[in-house]
Amino acid sequence: MSVNKDSIYNIVDEVVVKHNGDPSMLVAMLQDVQAQLYFLPRESIVRIAEKLDIPLTRVYSVATFFRAFSLKPRGKHNLKVCMGTACHVRGAEKVLDKIETELCVCAGETTKDMKYTIETANCVGACALGPVVVVDNEFVGQMTTDKVKTILEKCN
Amino acid sequence: MVNIEMETCRLTDYADLESYRANLQAKKTENKVITICCGTGCLAYGASKIGQSFKDEIKNQGLEGTVSVKFTGCQGFCERGPLVVIRPENILYQRVKPEDVSRIVTETIRNDLILDDLLYTIPSTNEKVRCEEDVPFYKKQLRLVFGTNGYIDPTSLDDYIQAGGYQALNKVLSSMSPDEVVDEIKISGLRGRGGGGFATGAKWEITREAPGELKYVICNCDEGDPGAFMDRSLMEGNPHSIIEGMVIAAYAVGARQGYIYIRNEYPVALKNSEIAIKKAEEKGLLGKNILGTGFDFSIKISRGGGAFVCGESTALMASIEGRTGEPRANYIHTSEKGLWERPTLLNNVETLANIPLIINKGAEWFYGIGTGNSKGTKIFSLVGKVHNTGLIEVPMGITLREIIYEIGGGIPGGKKFKAVQTGGPSGGCLPEEKLDLSVDFDELSRAGSMMGSGAMIVMDEDNCMVDIARYFLSFLEEESCGKCVPCREGLKRMRQILDRIIEGKGQDEDIELLIDLSESLTMGALCGLGGSAGNPVLSTIRHFKDEYVAHIQEKRCPAGVCKPLIRYYIVEANCNGCSLCIKECPADAISFQGKKQPVKLDQDKCTKCGACYDICRLNAVEVK
Ligand code: SF4
Ligand code: SF4
Ligand code: SF4
Ligand code: FES
Ligand code: FES
Repeated sequence: MSVNKDSIYNIVDEVVVKHNGDPSMLVAMLQDVQAQLYFLPRESIVRIAEKLDIPLTRVYSVATFFRAFSLKPRGKHNLKVCMGTACHVRGAEKVLDKIETELCVCAGETTKDMKYTIETANCVGACALGPVVVVDNEFVGQMTTDKVKTILEKCN
Repeated sequence: MVNIEMETCRLTDYADLESYRANLQAKKTENKVITICCGTGCLAYGASKIGQSFKDEIKNQGLEGTVSVKFTGCQGFCERGPLVVIRPENILYQRVKPEDVSRIVTETIRNDLILDDLLYTIPSTNEKVRCEEDVPFYKKQLRLVFGTNGYIDPTSLDDYIQAGGYQALNKVLSSMSPDEVVDEIKISGLRGRGGGGFATGAKWEITREAPGELKYVICNCDEGDPGAFMDRSLMEGNPHSIIEGMVIAAYAVGARQGYIYIRNEYPVALKNSEIAIKKAEEKGLLGKNILGTGFDFSIKISRGGGAFVCGESTALMASIEGRTGEPRANYIHTSEKGLWERPTLLNNVETLANIPLIINKGAEWFYGIGTGNSKGTKIFSLVGKVHNTGLIEVPMGITLREIIYEIGGGIPGGKKFKAVQTGGPSGGCLPEEKLDLSVDFDELSRAGSMMGSGAMIVMDEDNCMVDIARYFLSFLEEESCGKCVPCREGLKRMRQILDRIIEGKGQDEDIELLIDLSESLTMGALCGLGGSAGNPVLSTIRHFKDEYVAHIQEKRCPAGVCKPLIRYYIVEANCNGCSLCIKECPADAISFQGKKQPVKLDQDKCTKCGACYDICRLNAVEVK
């Protein structure tokens, strides 16, 4: 996705206003920016620091500390594989392996065609259904390796 | 209809709330309510479609006004979702599909006929069960905090008030002094449900007595424990019970401002708590001049970014202040110097949800439930290798066996029980010999595990305990904030040793080394994350040493999990050559040998992905 500098600035400025420019809302602001851009481009981080008048390093450290944030562009579809304990004991590792082999990229990466990003999570809070994969905000429970192809095809 | 709020009037005193409640109860016209669980689990099984079909069907059949449809939060029995319960009879239909909807309305709602095929069947006796309360999964539970989830629409304040909500707040504000409230909680014996099990009343007292004009109350809904989802479900399903608990806490400790810290990954919890805060404010139950008493307390929501270490109180507070969630040395307790260096009361979701109950029914009543030093009930997420996965609420003192076999229905697939992991990454694994342990804070710690947030993950013979230990270590290694050396370096070293064992390169002294390192972490780490990181390792070594020995000395993984030590084989006697596995194999390691002939697996090509094992319907793939 190509977003130009001005539109990034616009998005950031709106988000900052929404939170009254309150630096203690930094985490929420980054989340709101990311919700619109799917990741945090360099310009957005610089702009937030400017707008809030706080050191760039502080924004950067928050943006890299929480796993919810991504500084790299993400694909159109997001596959979040839960690696929490409940999912782990029911074979989450195998499911992740299979998704990685199918898409030829590792967790945390995006396919070349920018179609899929694979992510892992430590528990998405639907443990009773484990193993769970969240495909673009939709929960798929009781995942098995042989269901992987179907869920990838469904993304088309 | 209950779903439609009555006129938005502010409640200005105690009597107002009670007459409002009486009004709601009198206005109730419909005689049947269809509740559809819309918790995350049931939604994943398609509950929202079913919900819409019910609404349409009720309209089509002209039943509006006599039957209402209600979307609730998680009702616990996620395994059998989507769940539909018809009240007041509490008829439970499970695994409901959209095409069942019109039958349900015609037969059950209109003609009072039960649809046998939608009922829950007890596997061992094949007996069909009609009502929610007779299902074995629910029978042994005591759902004081969680049970209300099944009756109310989380977005409706009226629903909560009708079910007796904000009565406790009313009682506190009209007839109790803050000291009396603190005493009541102290007498009840309630201990924090978030992990440590610190006495809640004592925590309130310290915060109350701490000097300072400005104080805060924080509700922790971060839920970093993998395998636990009770906080999420409570916040999604009954947010007002938590808000009510917070307002009472604020009154008791003298706070004016509160925060609910919720993980950003919990969008429904975020949305429902936002709605609840807004509605409570409109009604005068939150915000300025609550119920006309002059008491002010407002709540803001703070979104967490999903960092496990934010379960540490100091890290969580740093995160609310808009900084990275790094713990700091906690020589002075956060109750005295917390958020922005001011006295702060931090309680977990489930703890707060218990407060209205204690106030309404009395500390003595609460004290009567549970065991010696653990009072009341506890919500566990019962997950992993067990038949009935879901959320359960049980009185303290129930045994692990009752939980796993009677409520959970035992281990699926005829497999053998191996261990149950409790307390998340800070807890431990308990073996079969401990199944008769009665579950409470102290008994679990004595057995080398802990209550933690209440994750209960059941494992069977196919789970490798060395792998589980490694799993927790790599989890913690990733989540460590890296501030102190024992945690940063120690975890890495321990994970490397376990990697080595799993690769078949284990050395005889490895077990000793792991124990040593665990102990140094306990002594040297700054916060609880590092301090308890050794627990999963120590408990697996304590109870499953033979598995470590098999890996180290025989280079064998008895459970068939650790990739470098296992191989997949075709059991020729079972294989009919259906070639399902051939299509599935990403490495072209399996080849066709002719019709009805067993297939052949080439060990040199096999990447041990296990896809053939999962797909084969005839048990013709074996792992050793
Ligand atoms: S023990 Fe670990 S997580 Fe805790 S402060 Fe030290 S490095 Fe950070
Ligand atoms: S799926 Fe099973 S039965 Fe079919 S060819 Fe493979 S091993 Fe044989
Ligand atoms: S384990 Fe995976 S790679 Fe090996 S034979 Fe089976 S499907 Fe093929
Ligand atoms: S462990 Fe996977 S959803 Fe909780
Ligand atoms: S989500 Fe429906 S019972 Fe848990």
